[in-house]
Amino acid sequence: MALQHAQDYLRNAMMPHIWCPGCGHGIILGAILRAISKAGLDQDKTVIVSGIGCSSRASGYMDFDTLHTTHGRALAFATGVKMAKPELNVIVIMGDGDCSAIGGNHFIHACRRNIDLTAVVFNNSIYGMTSGQYSPLTPRGKFATTAPYGTIEREFDLCDLAIAAGASYVGRGTTFHAQLLTDLIVKGIANKGFSLIEGISQCPTYYGRKNKMGGPIDMMKWQQEHSVNAVAATKMTPEQLDGKFKIGELHNSPAPEYIAEYDKIIAARRA
Amino acid sequence: MAVERSARLMQGNEACVEGAIAAGCRFYAGYPITPSTEIAELMAASLPCVGGRFIQMEDEIASMAAIIGASLTGTKSMTATSGPGFSLKQENIGYAALTEVPCVIVNVQRSGPSTGLPTSPAQGDVMQSRWGTHGDHPIIVLSPSSVSETYRLTFESFNLAEKYRNPVILLMDEVVGHMRERVDLHSLSMSVVDRVKPTNKREDYLPYDAAPDGVSPMANFGDGYRCHVTGLIHNKKGYPTSKAEEVDFLIRRLHNKIDHNLDDVLKYEEYMVDDADIIVLAFGSVARSAHNAVRRARQNGVKAGLFRPITIWPFPEAAVTALAQKAKHIIVPEMNLGQLRLEVERVAGSRCQVSGINSIIGELIAPDQILRRIMEV
Ligand SMILES: Cc1ncc(C[n+]2csc(CCOP(=O)(O)OP(=O)(O)O)c2C)c(N)n1
Ligand code: SF4
Repeated sequence: MALQHAQDYLRNAMMPHIWCPGCGHGIILGAILRAISKAGLDQDKTVIVSGIGCSSRASGYMDFDTLHTTHGRALAFATGVKMAKPELNVIVIMGDGDCSAIGGNHFIHACRRNIDLTAVVFNNSIYGMTSGQYSPLTPRGKFATTAPYGTIEREFDLCDLAIAAGASYVGRGTTFHAQLLTDLIVKGIANKGFSLIEGISQCPTYYGRKNKMGGPIDMMKWQQEHSVNAVAATKMTPEQLDGKFKIGELHNSPAPEYIAEYDKIIAARRA
Repeated sequence: MAVERSARLMQGNEACVEGAIAAGCRFYAGYPITPSTEIAELMAASLPCVGGRFIQMEDEIASMAAIIGASLTGTKSMTATSGPGFSLKQENIGYAALTEVPCVIVNVQRSGPSTGLPTSPAQGDVMQSRWGTHGDHPIIVLSPSSVSETYRLTFESFNLAEKYRNPVILLMDEVVGHMRERVDLHSLSMSVVDRVKPTNKREDYLPYDAAPDGVSPMANFGDGYRCHVTGLIHNKKGYPTSKAEEVDFLIRRLHNKIDHNLDDVLKYEEYMVDDADIIVLAFGSVARSAHNAVRRARQNGVKAGLFRPITIWPFPEAAVTALAQKAKHIIVPEMNLGQLRLEVERVAGSRCQVSGINSIIGELIAPDQILRRIMEV
């Protein structure tokens, strides 16, 4: 039975949350809860798995079976949960560093296996929890406490990475486009296979301050101005797309799901 | 195939798989590494036949994570590895200890450090199995000396993991893992222990509520209890806390639940120790050589005895103290530079002499080496 309000899925006993005023993570949490409601998931049959970081604290605030794991390993824990009990809906919450640095290997292999998990990455382009170091998703040239002269590393495009690695559903939204984010998560949940939803989030405390982006509202305006709908982008020239990022559904290509394939082996062995 | 049950010649690694499946293991995640690889291969073949699932993960960190996730759904789970892979698992072993998730980790020890001598036996992970992960944490470590004992101790590892909601490490070595012996599985029938599940309503259930040395019932994910599991220090509800009394209660309870049940957890074997002046204290494959040496020493009229810890951690302190009071000398042969000897010295104190026979060249310590030392002291 789907509940009406996202708030009904929150654990009040865990409040107040740890997030700074203006942090984008709460908006993504709201989008996930609305998506769960819209998708009609059974609250008692849904497991939320997260790593370590400001973003990964979200699992504790959600009234489901929740698993707050070790840094970078959320997808590996989630793989065990899903394989042992495939009837559970498993949603995985990770930060950009959590998912793409320390957890990068687990990420590409979860994509490759196309195991039925829905991953939502809270991408604030920075390590928030440890006070502002650069991550593999920090754009080149941006500043961080460990990139005091600007980072010289090239950033990943997480969605491109997921598509290349074999994820069957990929989309990107932002905290400015929260409704879009909700819709993408609903579709990700519906996809029988590995889904990645990247949510661009703002960390005014570290990324915003280090890069002189203003307050949270300015940072969300930046998201609005620098994003291009994926469909519109197909009609734009490379020059027009320079400095912009695509949002919306980026990839939807159903493929055999890992556990369904495994269960064919079980069926054959036990026949 | 692992599902048939009869007397036959089998390898230690094979007996481990048989014991695991008999104990109810239905999920395995691992990454190949010599000399434990046969365990993964046999699990891959056997698990689908009993409706279980196997996965070869991208590394050992992921394997350890996956078995914890699987166990949280109520599925008995295991991983196996050796040397370098065991090092990689450590962070998540600590996670399982703090969150009290039952699981079994098999480490078929090989020579180290680093890649070491990949195919040679060693016992260099005695201390890592106790202290490998950061922070004070409880752990149970069992070590088999034969193929049939590998079967029994694997089974027992699952039972202890379920009973105490704790990771259990089966510390094998290359000799035991690859040795072949005739085993009659029918004669080894054991009873299965399952974790206790809550019977109260969701509102009344506290996943970490137990007496100061107790174990709380454990709800499965998907059973409607909506639990929070975190590697942060947590209160009885499972929610993060930094309140001094709650932190203290949890960490002490985790230790007490094992330390107050030593009668149940500690297993060891004694051979001719009653009147012995010289005790050989050995575990794993080395205990086989020690047994032979003690028997021959007795034939030569020397009062020697063997103490074989089967539970390595917690260390059988009381039993060794009692021996140290009676004996003149304890010899500790081991395939490392004296890791278990450190513990024996600590326990024996000034009660008797302690010395080691240590081999790090990737060869099993021979009975003759031990016999020679017995005759010397
Ligand atoms: C093994 C390990 N290494 C490092 C850390 C420290 N650490 C905690 S969170 C974090 C990064 C968090 O950044 P991100 O994943 O981007 O999430 P955010 O906090 O920005 O939401 C790091 C490096 C850790 N907890 N564990
Ligand atoms: S540090 Fe950044 S990411 Fe973390 S809560 Fe504060 S604003 Fe959010």
